Amino acid sequence: MYTMQKLHSLPDLNRMANTIRKDIISMLVEAGSGHSAGPLGLADIASALYFNVLNIDPKKKNDPDRDRLYVSPGHTAPVWYAVLARAGFFPVEELKTLRKLGTRLQGHMDRLTVPGVESSAASLGQGLSIACGCAYAGWIDHKNYQTYVILSDGEHDEGSTWEAVAFAGHYRLQHLTAIIDRNNIQIDGATEDVMTKESLRDKYEASNWHVIDIDGHNIETIIDACNEAKAIVEKPVCIIAHTIPGKGVDFMENDYRWHGDPPGKRETERTPAKDKQAAEALKQLRTLDGKIDNMDL
Amino acid sequence: MPINKNVHLTSKVFSKDIAEAPTRDGYGIGLVEVGEANENVVVLCADLAESTRSAKFKERFPERFIQVGVAEQNMANVAVGLALNGKIPFASTYAVFMPGRNWDQIRISSCYNNANVKFAGAHTGISVGPDGATHQAMEDVALTRVLPRMTVLVATDMEETRKVVHAAVDLKGPVYFRFARAATPVFTTLKTPFKIGKAQVFHEGSDVAIIGAGPIIHSALLAAHQLVEQGISCRVINSPSIKPIDADTIERAARECRAIVTVEEHQVMGGIGSAIAEVVVKTYPVPIEFVGMQNSFGESGEPAELLKKYKMDTGAIADAVKRVLKRKR
Repeated sequence: MYTMQKLHSLPDLNRMANTIRKDIISMLVEAGSGHSAGPLGLADIASALYFNVLNIDPKKKNDPDRDRLYVSPGHTAPVWYAVLARAGFFPVEELKTLRKLGTRLQGHMDRLTVPGVESSAASLGQGLSIACGCAYAGWIDHKNYQTYVILSDGEHDEGSTWEAVAFAGHYRLQHLTAIIDRNNIQIDGATEDVMTKESLRDKYEASNWHVIDIDGHNIETIIDACNEAKAIVEKPVCIIAHTIPGKGVDFMENDYRWHGDPPGKRETERTPAKDKQAAEALKQLRTLDGKIDNMDL
Repeated sequence: MPINKNVHLTSKVFSKDIAEAPTRDGYGIGLVEVGEANENVVVLCADLAESTRSAKFKERFPERFIQVGVAEQNMANVAVGLALNGKIPFASTYAVFMPGRNWDQIRISSCYNNANVKFAGAHTGISVGPDGATHQAMEDVALTRVLPRMTVLVATDMEETRKVVHAAVDLKGPVYFRFARAATPVFTTLKTPFKIGKAQVFHEGSDVAIIGAGPIIHSALLAAHQLVEQGISCRVINSPSIKPIDADTIERAARECRAIVTVEEHQVMGGIGSAIAEVVVKTYPVPIEFVGMQNSFGESGEPAELLKKYKMDTGAIADAVKRVLKRKR
């Protein structure tokens, strides 16, 4: 099995993000169902976190001093399965079993089956509360681990998300970094059409959080923001990562209709025929034509 | 004597001057005891510290008491985050709000995750009284009992509630337990056995078995005591462990008594009586009468008035015994 090591150069981290995107497309095509847009949009963040930012080791999964990453939108499972496999938590070949009977890789993440998954997730609006509990436990135990939590923009419709925002701000939870995947889509359309989210920055700041806006596809910026967040110990930190849903696949980018479908299962005015979509998606990732802009480095 | 000596009930069990205390007091006392014994125990509260008695823990261990405000969904999952990182969290509030309001959090983040969270539901049953229907939780056992990996416990008095708190700490995994507001007889003792998965015969008998959980078991004992004089022999079984349930003791009661009355301060659909009936129909089917809330909401009133009106008092239990005897073959 692959042993995880940190990647310290931007080209290596960008290449890893591209590998993760290929894994996502391959596993979704093999599964025949699953979510495309969110996972592809999160690949750069996943690469930066697992291969540079997080203090974790697949050989010491229960180390009490490890950093914790909680994922609230459990439907983005493919990107986390891909990065966990690439980081050495389980064999890469297992990615082919996604969503199949008997697999460890359930459609939505299951803590009890997938090595490296810190909490099962699927129902939105729950992950930030769990991360708050983790950060609070670290405070009681005088630990210095960092708690990260990935949030979707869509789940900011849930009242429970705001209960947790208030809690973290009230207790000035230390070592807590929330990263919002601000991709502007949810299942039924553009986020601001379905239900207004803005201003997320103002809402978090009003609840006593420090807020950083970044380009969620620029790995250098992602790492910088995580370091800034670690340095701020007097309050929780929210990184609003502006991302492009479906990033890297031209016919998926910025189209909310790809929230919940894999390549080959949907036709739009921008797609090739269904049977050609998988190959086209992989070809676009491989060609350095700017679809993944940081591949130009 | 029909009272089972082996369960060490108080000698005043049928006396008018038996000591009374609310089961919620047992929660407060139990929390302080487990907090002394185990530094990983933490308590979460949703703005109801006095009412749930978690204030007892707050006084003793302020650094391990977490106020979340009126935010039950957040409370359930902050507890999960604590549990996944080595703590043993007790989350308490009124049962109408937990599991009533945060059932989704309990289902996915506690049960599917197999997180070691203890959910304490306060103000259960119609005996909540004057606050009325909105605050009388009578659906909580049904809501929690259907969840895989969940253990469900319903204590009969203050002393047993204290034991439930200890048992919840000893069991690794999600636990839901309920207690009540009104003062009710404290008739079990330190020596009364309590074990998850076990029911106890409190009163020996062979004509009808009265099986259930909660403070209503004392009313069942009073009913059994009165019926002895009428020549009816009732076996009263206290079954505080609703899930896992003691199928052996229930099956034996069905075989030997061949008629059953279930008792609960809960809706009869999906609750304690249903759990007992599931065992009976799978092992030794016999007629069953269900004493409990009959598919309606409660209302304001004093506990004793409400228990009488909604047919969950001693007289109603005795009537149910007579009804089931007519159906017995």
